[in-house]
Amino acid sequence: MQAVKILYFASLRELLGVAEANLDVSSEMDAASVWKAVNPSVDLPEASLVAINQAYASLDAIVQPGDELAFFPPVTGG
Amino acid sequence: MAQLIKIQTEALEPWKEIITFQNNNFQGDTNFGATATFVGTMRDLNEGDEVLEMTLEHYPAMTEKQLQGIIDEANDKWPLLHILLMHRVGSIKPADPIVLVAVWSAHRAAAFDGCRFLMEALKHQAPFWKKENLLSGESRWVSENTPGTS
Repeated sequence: MQAVKILYFASLRELLGVAEANLDVSSEMDAASVWKAVNPSVDLPEASLVAINQAYASLDAIVQPGDELAFFPPVTGG
Repeated sequence: MAQLIKIQTEALEPWKEIITFQNNNFQGDTNFGATATFVGTMRDLNEGDEVLEMTLEHYPAMTEKQLQGIIDEANDKWPLLHILLMHRVGSIKPADPIVLVAVWSAHRAAAFDGCRFLMEALKHQAPFWKKENLLSGESRWVSENTPGTS
């Protein structure tokens, strides 16, 4: 079974104290459920953004084994 | 047409980069009548606080994809000849250039509009984050962009 690789950036990385995690997904899971499974005691901060395989996705997007899932705050580049 | 996306930790010297890009990519070209550029520079004041330094973080794989997508979109909308997009990451001091968008086209409308579109799209879509170190000793993440229209 292939795991989902989870990445955290900026303030979310600092909030959790880790930059990445892995989760084995056996049943169908969306991005929000992955967050809850990996961080059961921390609510995903409001306005957080989600990307699956480096493309923006919604919290209810289904994550597949082997995917790279990222959580991060609103972007502030430029 | 030439396109270059470059994310770097080294100091960004926008005007030198523009000349280098032109020299490398379109020597002898006589088809461009307009060049529009935008340079974003770090300020020493944000939300009323003095900022000593800033750290810029990004999500490298996604940044490349997003910026390429933005360039593809601009090319679909306007007849652009060449595009140069550069962004700093890492430790940045006030007055340091952070971002460079340069666009070449036959006429000014496409150059102006394309340049502005690229800059706004970069601001809203490219995964970069700024953390400020303030004079007060506090450090904080910048929570949102300033508006792009006056």
